[in-house]
Amino acid sequence: MKARGTRVLPGILGRWARPLAGPLAAIGLALAAGAILVAVLGQDPVTVYTTLFDAIFGSAYGFGQVLFKATTLIGTGLAVAVAFRAGLFNIGAEGQMYLAGLASAAFALALGDGCPALVAVPLVLLAGALAGALVALLPALLRAFLGVHEVINTIMLNFVAFALGSWILVEKLALFESVHTAEIPAAARLPRLETMLPAFRGAPLNLALLLQLLLCALCALALWRTRWGYEVRAVGLSESAARSAGIPVRRRLVEAMALSGALAGTAAANFVQGYKYYFEEGFTAEAGFKGIAVALLGSTHPAGIVPAALFFGALDRGGFVINGLVPKEFVDILQALVILLVIVLARPGDVAAQVRRLALRRREEVS
Amino acid sequence: MEALPLAGLLVAATLRIAVPYVFAALGGFYSERSGVINIALEGMLLTGAFACVVAAHAAESAGLGGAVAGWLGVGAACVAGGGLGALHALICVRFGANQIVSGLGLNLLAMGATKFLLTLVFGSSANSERIAGIPSWDLPGLASWSVTRVLFCTPLVLLAVLAVVVSQLLFRRTVFGLRLHATGEHPEAALSLGVPVVRLRWTGVVLSGALAALGGAWLALEQHQFTAGMSSGRGFIALAALIFGKWTPRGAALACLLFAAAEAVQIQLQGGALGIPTQFLQMLPYVVTMVALAGVIGRSRPPAALGRPLEPLR
Amino acid sequence: MNTPALELRDISKSFPGTVANDHVSLAVPRGRIHALVGENGAGKTTLMRVAYGELRPDAGEVRIQGELLGRGGTARAIALGLGMVHQHFMLVPTLRVFENVVLGHEPRRGAWFDAAAARRLVRETAARFGLAIDPDARVGDLGVGEQQRVEILKVLVRGARVLILDEPTAVLAPSEAEDLFAILRQLVREQHTVLLISHRLHEVLAVSDAVTVLRDGKVVDEMPAAQADLGRLARAIVGREVRAPSRARGSGHEPGGRAVAPLQETEVRVTDRREPVVLRCDSLRTAGKREALQSVSLEVRGGEILGVAGVEGNGQQALAHALLGLEPVVGGSIELHGEDVTRLGTAARRARGLAYVPGDRLREGLIPALRIDENAILGRQREPDLGNRAWLSPRRVAARAETLLRRFEVRPAMPSFPAAVLSGGNQQRLVVGREMGREPSLLLLVQPTRGVDIGGIAFLHERILEARDAGRAVLLVSADLNEILALADRVLVLYSGRVAGTCSAAEATPARLGLWMTGGKESEA
Repeated sequence: MKARGTRVLPGILGRWARPLAGPLAAIGLALAAGAILVAVLGQDPVTVYTTLFDAIFGSAYGFGQVLFKATTLIGTGLAVAVAFRAGLFNIGAEGQMYLAGLASAAFALALGDGCPALVAVPLVLLAGALAGALVALLPALLRAFLGVHEVINTIMLNFVAFALGSWILVEKLALFESVHTAEIPAAARLPRLETMLPAFRGAPLNLALLLQLLLCALCALALWRTRWGYEVRAVGLSESAARSAGIPVRRRLVEAMALSGALAGTAAANFVQGYKYYFEEGFTAEAGFKGIAVALLGSTHPAGIVPAALFFGALDRGGFVINGLVPKEFVDILQALVILLVIVLARPGDVAAQVRRLALRRREEVS
Repeated sequence: MEALPLAGLLVAATLRIAVPYVFAALGGFYSERSGVINIALEGMLLTGAFACVVAAHAAESAGLGGAVAGWLGVGAACVAGGGLGALHALICVRFGANQIVSGLGLNLLAMGATKFLLTLVFGSSANSERIAGIPSWDLPGLASWSVTRVLFCTPLVLLAVLAVVVSQLLFRRTVFGLRLHATGEHPEAALSLGVPVVRLRWTGVVLSGALAALGGAWLALEQHQFTAGMSSGRGFIALAALIFGKWTPRGAALACLLFAAAEAVQIQLQGGALGIPTQFLQMLPYVVTMVALAGVIGRSRPPAALGRPLEPLR
Repeated sequence: MNTPALELRDISKSFPGTVANDHVSLAVPRGRIHALVGENGAGKTTLMRVAYGELRPDAGEVRIQGELLGRGGTARAIALGLGMVHQHFMLVPTLRVFENVVLGHEPRRGAWFDAAAARRLVRETAARFGLAIDPDARVGDLGVGEQQRVEILKVLVRGARVLILDEPTAVLAPSEAEDLFAILRQLVREQHTVLLISHRLHEVLAVSDAVTVLRDGKVVDEMPAAQADLGRLARAIVGREVRAPSRARGSGHEPGGRAVAPLQETEVRVTDRREPVVLRCDSLRTAGKREALQSVSLEVRGGEILGVAGVEGNGQQALAHALLGLEPVVGGSIELHGEDVTRLGTAARRARGLAYVPGDRLREGLIPALRIDENAILGRQREPDLGNRAWLSPRRVAARAETLLRRFEVRPAMPSFPAAVLSGGNQQRLVVGREMGREPSLLLLVQPTRGVDIGGIAFLHERILEARDAGRAVLLVSADLNEILALADRVLVLYSGRVAGTCSAAEATPARLGLWMTGGKESEA
């Protein structure tokens, strides 16, 4: 009996066909559902989607915007993915990113003008990452040592983080009659990419993109090439087996969650250090929650997160532009549909069943 | 400042605040007791609130009275919430996908869809038109004191109390309740005895959507409009109440009262009585929830098969 | 009436890659106890699932009390009078006995559940068939034998006249098995019929009227119990000579129960040299809610196998976890090589030479979703030769995995696939190979051959003996008395969290061990 679907395409394409099938189908179906929705509302789906496409690819500026939005999403997507690998649900990326932005802006302002850029930029970045890690630490400890599930705790902390940040902003840092801080010193800012690539002029695309790509590579290395990463993945797949193997489960859980929070913290840099140069109420714009979608669509692997972030970034950019035709929340609906479709279409159980069938066929051939 | 009237007002406020939590927690009860994790209570609340406003507004525009329109809104909320529940059931029970992520996805869907439709139907991305709401009944004697007015004269509060009582009886004394219990603890055993596990899970999840949506309808009727994101985390707090209440209707309802009391106190203090900044007071319900959850771990055991999809029979 | 109570005609059933049942026919007359035997993988479970309506056969028909089962499924099978008592109980632990018994079939008063009627029904049925049980007890609090009685009640209360029992004595002590047989005989007196699935040959012969042997999905032999002897049965079950472990020990009596060709007598190992003690437990006490150790003292030296026998649930799991550092110890001590390790964590103990083959391989021994080569280094990922400092070298991991897979004959040898693709026996080889590869000073094995095919069992037994001969200390925990008798140099029996008795292999008779296993004292023998 032939195992269907495993070697349909030749060579390297064939190897990638199976893991890509689920996410691609999810995107396709979501777009189709979106088209139906648009049609039901009396608009022409073709117009809407071409406008969308045009906004994304029509100009270098547009594409620069896509890359800019994708940068933040790579950060939060990476954060959620790293936590997932340890078996944890980090729904708190939004709050972690928010407080990280505040912390990094405050730190940058405190540093002042004296510090050279080469020192200031990484220090401010680190301040943000540290803040994100600290926020994630509480639910991590509660989960590791008390066994409290982190889903509700991270969600609760989001609300707490917003309230806390709002108070700090209003009381201490806000500029008069505004909802943002003062601008951070020039030394702490991330340079725009338009200086090197003039085609992107006008887009806030900045060095943070390269930072996030670097972080992707580092996370991939850490998870799959280090002993620490192996232990974290083992914990995520089977705490009981990891424990029997002598892996310090609680320590790895806390470390993974803290790393996740730190990564969410770095996502703030794109806005605070790379775009507006200050912390502003509401700057996170749901990026933490979209990070969940990005992580899932990217199969929780750094290599998948980059294209997934590009996809969602493209939708964000496009939504902004099609707001005249359909409300921009159309894009939010698409993103939610993608999440729901991905988990149905790319279930791990399916993969295991396929693999087992292949293995049985091979066994018959061998014996 | 009189102590007794203040106490009465606090109790009345607690009861009012508890209503959406109670409905959502009851919804969570039916779903989780059948074995399906429901993180989407928040989205179901929101959906219910929106559906209620749309229906009530349409009814009022068609000339129907405020109370009738309000009840139509309640009905619409149940249908909409049930629909979202059916989607969750489809994903989790039929397809066996990850239940937590499904809940998160549904929350995002509800958030996006309600804002989307809000803009389309009412032209604003922040809030809708006002609706009249359902007035309290003017029962002699009972209507004069704040506490009894809330408890006996407010229809949806009565409905909430009724729902709790019925659910508790259903759970402990009926065949349906026994089977629900078994389905969440050991679905394979129940299946081997001819219990329709799949049908029970669908029922539990769809019911959870309808009930949570009722909570949303209450919110909308109380505030006389729909505002984007008006659920504000209540769905998650209701889930925490369910856990705190050991997954029984009575326990969950008591936990909801506790959380509601904390919120009522917080609102009182926001008047500046103790000089605590509003933002810290706003944090209170969420902090209380986290503390409650941390404190109850080990003593509150979830249904054994919670979150585990049924293995398909070959 | 001559209609058989249960008749399976020409049943065939296949799954992808394997034929589970191949034209199997079986007829059980009314009022009889019939046994179905065969080794793991012979097709017994599939056949019973077909009989019960859980699986639809590719060909053939099932008749229960003369009526065709057809496409009705388990509901119809139950309606026709068939009742299945599963090996792994299907009981809801948080519900009470009477609730579990009537579930799916509840007496009602309108919409309400008639609890009083349910209790009455349970009491009456239990009395009629001699099943001692308290209807109001919570099932989670019951012992294994009592839980089995609840399972039997479940089917009787639904009017089952034909009962299928799947490996009923697997979890029972010898005296509890006797209680069960008494119940079965009472059932027969009440005109019921029993089909017994078991691989415990001498128990089967003690109570059955006839035996059918299944091998590789086919019926290979069938005989009345009076004409059966263990040799004929064993040969029919196995169908070939099995490579017996070369240093195995004949116990001097009938092997009985295990479907292995009779073991060869070999020389009894004489040890004059006393190796140093590797593991010492002194009055070890743990606190768990069930299976807690009350006070266990034992010693294992290098170059010996200490077999820990006993019915499951008497502290074996607690002992294993306590030794590993997964279960908190509230009294007593554990010493490895003379060093007190009681307060040390799992990693530290493993670093001091402890290796562990767990009883529950899917939960503790392996990570099914993880690649095979990554499973091959589970617990050993800190070993220096796997990479530079903090890094893991994929090349070296692959080399290590390849050696392991080859040496322990794990098939299929596809290191990049998740371990879930391996069969149970191959998964166990992987785990054992990994743990033995540590060259440990203490090897702790819990139920190492459960769910493993006959060839795999022999292979693993050989490796265990090899480890002993290489000077390692081996602690073998097994509920299979015959495995203990075949491998151990000394035997220790756990009962209720205490050591009921210890003796050398020569002194270990099934009678003596069986007595200890049920809490009896020597003088009562």
